[in-house]
Amino acid sequence: MLVVLGALPFLLYIAVFLVLPIGVLAVEAFRATDPVTFEETWSTASVEAITDGAYRRAYVGSLQLSLITAVIGAALGLALAIAVLRARRGRLLRRLVLTASGVLANFGGIPLAFAFIATIGGNAGVVTALLTDTLGLGLGGFSLYSMTGLALVYLYFLIPLMVLTIIPALEALRPQWREAADNLGATGWQYWRYVGGPVLLPPVLGATMLLFASAFAAYATARALVGSSIPLVTLQIADALSSNVVVGSENVGKALALGMVVLIGLVMVFYAWVQRRTQRWLT
Amino acid sequence: MTLLAENVAGAGGVEPETPQRRGRRGRRGAGAWRYAVLAVLGLYFLVPIAASVWFTVRDRGRGGFSGRVYAGIPGAEGFAEAFTRSLALGALTVVLVLLLMVPTVVLVELRLPRLRTTVELLTLMPLVLPPIALVVGVRSVLAWAPEHFYGTALAEAFFALQEPALPWILVFVYVVLALPFVYRALDAGVRGAGLRTLTEAARNLGASWPRVLVSVVLPALRTSVLNASFLTLALVLGEYTIAAILGFETFPTWIVRISGSQPQLSVAVSVLSLVVTWVLLLMISALDRRRGTKESS
Repeated sequence: MLVVLGALPFLLYIAVFLVLPIGVLAVEAFRATDPVTFEETWSTASVEAITDGAYRRAYVGSLQLSLITAVIGAALGLALAIAVLRARRGRLLRRLVLTASGVLANFGGIPLAFAFIATIGGNAGVVTALLTDTLGLGLGGFSLYSMTGLALVYLYFLIPLMVLTIIPALEALRPQWREAADNLGATGWQYWRYVGGPVLLPPVLGATMLLFASAFAAYATARALVGSSIPLVTLQIADALSSNVVVGSENVGKALALGMVVLIGLVMVFYAWVQRRTQRWLT
Repeated sequence: MTLLAENVAGAGGVEPETPQRRGRRGRRGAGAWRYAVLAVLGLYFLVPIAASVWFTVRDRGRGGFSGRVYAGIPGAEGFAEAFTRSLALGALTVVLVLLLMVPTVVLVELRLPRLRTTVELLTLMPLVLPPIALVVGVRSVLAWAPEHFYGTALAEAFFALQEPALPWILVFVYVVLALPFVYRALDAGVRGAGLRTLTEAARNLGASWPRVLVSVVLPALRTSVLNASFLTLALVLGEYTIAAILGFETFPTWIVRISGSQPQLSVAVSVLSLVVTWVLLLMISALDRRRGTKESS
């Protein structure tokens, strides 16, 4: 069984750089530093602190934002993916959309935030200026630096992420199923209600969960846009870590991060359960 | 989880294209909503890019346009240093992740198929795990050096990892973040290349394992390796969270730092980096396709 040793570097790497940090997080979230003596003791103070007040608001804010943007992003991304796949002579369009999606979904982060600031951020934004100077309209109280503004920017990387993850599933829908349904006299609605929909449901749910995780974890975009004025967990973690004033805020940061891991873990468990129940046709 | 595993290949955007299915043109008016979707989302995606370009070329002092901001990028304070550092980190990450994953993926395919699910699950974890949680954990581990190991060789090693000029710790964490993309790209390549047959043939002809690896496996995987390398490089050039939390200056953290004093410059660099990444991805995707058609015909 010398061959098994070949997989050892990989497993060791994962153990050191993925499992160890998360494990340390799980342990040290339950440690506290005494403000006077700097003694370290076991304590649930940090973990309790994050379930209340501003931290609780941050979790709720992050969960709301992720849920709303994931659902909207999934719906729009699905529509876009179908539209692109069905477009006539869509070869070039397809490749443009797919590669652009790859860039925006995975490597956007900071650039996206600044593109939006240039567009509708404050009075200097190009579109804002256009609306107010030329047409005499404002943005109607809309601010980029709010939850709604963040949602608008998040969709800019969530829709491409949906397109990327759902296209393989759409391509796996066999044309024969549609032909069979047509031959049996089914309407378009009936096809989607009884054939296409049920088959696509598991991949769509899976992709939505990925969108949710991605929005929940997003930090760069939010940081570049709003600093720490909006209640989001990732912003609170960064704040807690950079605060040199409050002794023990480091541990609160760890507890907040652990909370994120636990929440994502719960979502994954739920997702696995749904998948097991619904996945039949596409493997 | 299997579903995610199937679909992540698309995350890089450079998927081999499958033949397009013929739409049914029979039903009247069925296509109208598609054009509406394409138009509305097209607007949503193009306006910010167009506005950014407008924002950067418009000369606010005198009116009219100028490419002054773009011309000023190479000479901007701190740009060269941060960008070179990010490129170096990217190159090191690519080398390390390939050294780690190419043998693993090949080994799993040829000799250890039972480990496939485990490897797949482990490589996909970074996709859902929030990077900020990972980096908080990494920070805690790094804090052991001054707290527990002070004065030992281990502490010295920890400090060496955090050299601001070239922070190796970023390389190690970026490898973890790149795993989902790299694994999927390599796995697709391994499956597509019929590696088992190729290596068996080579072994039967008397080639040693190292020879098989260099002369058979790597050439067969070159598109996947290219793909994986590019995705990793793009990931590193765009990564902000890890570098910011650990307090290192890389290309993205530099953009954020200058954004307050030089908004036009920060937008210009952002637009440029998005467009360059996109064009490179388009080129790789075109390359992929040309090779594909040549081989199949």
